[in-house]
Amino acid sequence: MRYVDEFRDAQLGQALAAEILAAADPGRPLKLMEICGGHTHSIYKYSLGDLLPASVELVHGPGCPVCVIPMGRVDDGIALARTDGLIFTCFGDMLRVPGSEQTLLDAKAQGADVRMVYSPLDALAIARNNPDREVVFFAIGFETTAPSTALTLRRAKAEGMANFTCMCNHVTIVPPLRALLESPDLRLDGFVGPGHVCTIVGTRLFEFIPADYGRPIVISGFEPLDILQSILMLVRQRQDGRCEVENQYTRVVPRDGNPRALEVMAEVFELRPHFEWRGLGSIPHSALGLSEAYREFDAEQRFDVPGVSVADPKACQCGEVLKGVIKPWECRVFGTACTPEHAIGTCMVSPEGACAAYYNYGRLAAPKQAV
Amino acid sequence: MSAPESLTGGREQRMLAIIETARAKPARFRDERITLAHGAGGKATQTLIEGLLVPALGRPGSALAQLGDSGAVLAGGARLAMTTDSFVVKPLRFPGGSIGELAVNGTVNDLAVSGARALALTVSLILEEGLDTEVLRSEVAAIAAAAQTAGVEIVAGDTKVVERGAADGMYICTSGIGAIDPRGTLSSDAIVAGDRVLLSGPIAEHGTAVMLARNLFELDASIESDTCSLWPAVDALLGAAGPALHCMRDATRGGVASVLNELARAAGVSVTVRAADVPVAPSVAAAAELLGIDPMYVANEGRLVAFVAPAAAEQALAALRSVAGCEQAALIGSVGQEPPGMVAVETGFGGRRVMDQLVGDPLPRIC
Repeated sequence: MRYVDEFRDAQLGQALAAEILAAADPGRPLKLMEICGGHTHSIYKYSLGDLLPASVELVHGPGCPVCVIPMGRVDDGIALARTDGLIFTCFGDMLRVPGSEQTLLDAKAQGADVRMVYSPLDALAIARNNPDREVVFFAIGFETTAPSTALTLRRAKAEGMANFTCMCNHVTIVPPLRALLESPDLRLDGFVGPGHVCTIVGTRLFEFIPADYGRPIVISGFEPLDILQSILMLVRQRQDGRCEVENQYTRVVPRDGNPRALEVMAEVFELRPHFEWRGLGSIPHSALGLSEAYREFDAEQRFDVPGVSVADPKACQCGEVLKGVIKPWECRVFGTACTPEHAIGTCMVSPEGACAAYYNYGRLAAPKQAV
Repeated sequence: MSAPESLTGGREQRMLAIIETARAKPARFRDERITLAHGAGGKATQTLIEGLLVPALGRPGSALAQLGDSGAVLAGGARLAMTTDSFVVKPLRFPGGSIGELAVNGTVNDLAVSGARALALTVSLILEEGLDTEVLRSEVAAIAAAAQTAGVEIVAGDTKVVERGAADGMYICTSGIGAIDPRGTLSSDAIVAGDRVLLSGPIAEHGTAVMLARNLFELDASIESDTCSLWPAVDALLGAAGPALHCMRDATRGGVASVLNELARAAGVSVTVRAADVPVAPSVAAAAELLGIDPMYVANEGRLVAFVAPAAAEQALAALRSVAGCEQAALIGSVGQEPPGMVAVETGFGGRRVMDQLVGDPLPRIC
């Protein structure tokens, strides 16, 4: 595969690993958070941790769109899915996320018409093909996926679709990062920045991290060489005594992002006053709802959803995992009560979730070190 | 920092040991309803089989309880293998094959990888009211052609018609009986540390072809199902390796990853696969990349994995490669002792990671 295989070249990877080893200071540990779940997945899939010196530690961050959905929102989705005659559409990841009583997959097995789509446009096509039925798209994701939801809604409006609505769960990346950086027990020395979010919002948005909090950030691509190079850039910033926003993912990310995507988002969405995040609690201005002009497409307006806030399960430590305070395996229920097939926490469901990535790919790491 | 780190390493390892103990326990079936995951060939399927079906139907040590692709039957002095399979693929026709061809090859292959040459098949058809006769005619022709290619006779059959909506066009069930070839004694118990793992050709073609045939994604790629009879490949392996051929499986639902996990668990061994040595056609790799699916978990209908003693591995590989359709067969990994029941992948980056069983199913009804 052109443009992909080049970034998975094992020899170049080994060379980068050697440079990181040479540049890292063994006496001064460097704790780096990869913000994005896509990075977490790649790091485990290619077991990049095995290539890093002991002084460079990776901590997984809050940027997995499925992981941050609280149970109350899942319950609302299931309530919608159970509405007579309604077709409920969502991305595949959402199907196995536990609500307070069941998952969307369970609701489907009990007769709800739940359909997996790869794009919100597929959901719109389902609405077009079923004019006598209500079709809801359960939208999730950070700024990466929000423009495609926005474009779909713009198209639905242009076509005058009367049977299509969206339950909007889009969230924004900066508020949880700020919350994280404000946290008194913060022990992070830098960030591997969210490449795909930055294709939309640009890198400028992250300048507050070095400016206000004195931590460097390198916006990174998602292939193994991208991630290794970003780590090297962070190690070099420390070495040179620099602290700034750098862009490793220049082949995709412009400093000012994608103006057209930002424009359609501004048209279709507005910031919600508050939004509840799984494990992180309620964060002001951290999520997107539909703007006044698109209110008719808001599933929460058209249908009666319970809207009840449900506390995270007591045993579950997703919040601490999302904040990088504990490692997945340090959670009380990791791997025993909480497994990918019977997940308690969202981090165990999505392939981008830190717990699922560690459980599915990472369980070998420790025995190897011990031998 | 070094002291806390080593402590952490110890704690992490203890945690992992607890998880492995939990995973090694016999599966208990606790789900309240059947979901599509129970048919996907991954963990949920395993739990259903080991937690509900086998306890009710199989005596300990019985042919069923061994969970092979077929069960051994002794009839007079003859050693026979018997198996059954049902086919619910949607759509009925897809590039490279159709449900009729699949129904024959699927059962022939379950026998073949048990080391048995198919002798006779039965075919049951479940037809939906309103099915176009031309579709039925063409699938029956596909059954006849596949049976002829595989050299197996259809000796009995059954037909049922159900109301519109109660079946998706047509379902086919086939059962087969085969003579166990005296050249091999195959069993998951025969797999031992040191064995080499052979794969008979490029993976994930069937599942990808069916998925693209559903037109859910606007992707154009000329990917064809790999459905074929595996007997010629098995015949070549038995000829080249004889008793050094320890075990085989066809990598259908859940793909190569699921088959390796089943066998690692059954044999109590570890399996290490070198990712770079697993053949995947570029078009399949690209489609999987776009859809976010790992080809190792995608179904095949004409690919097998074989466990061979190291001394016979090269010879077996050469024999396999001489079979039409298996030219790209490869040695993809080896068997070790620790940790038992686990499959690991060497990433090519110098790292190792787990390749676990499939949990959900991105692609329902591919066979």
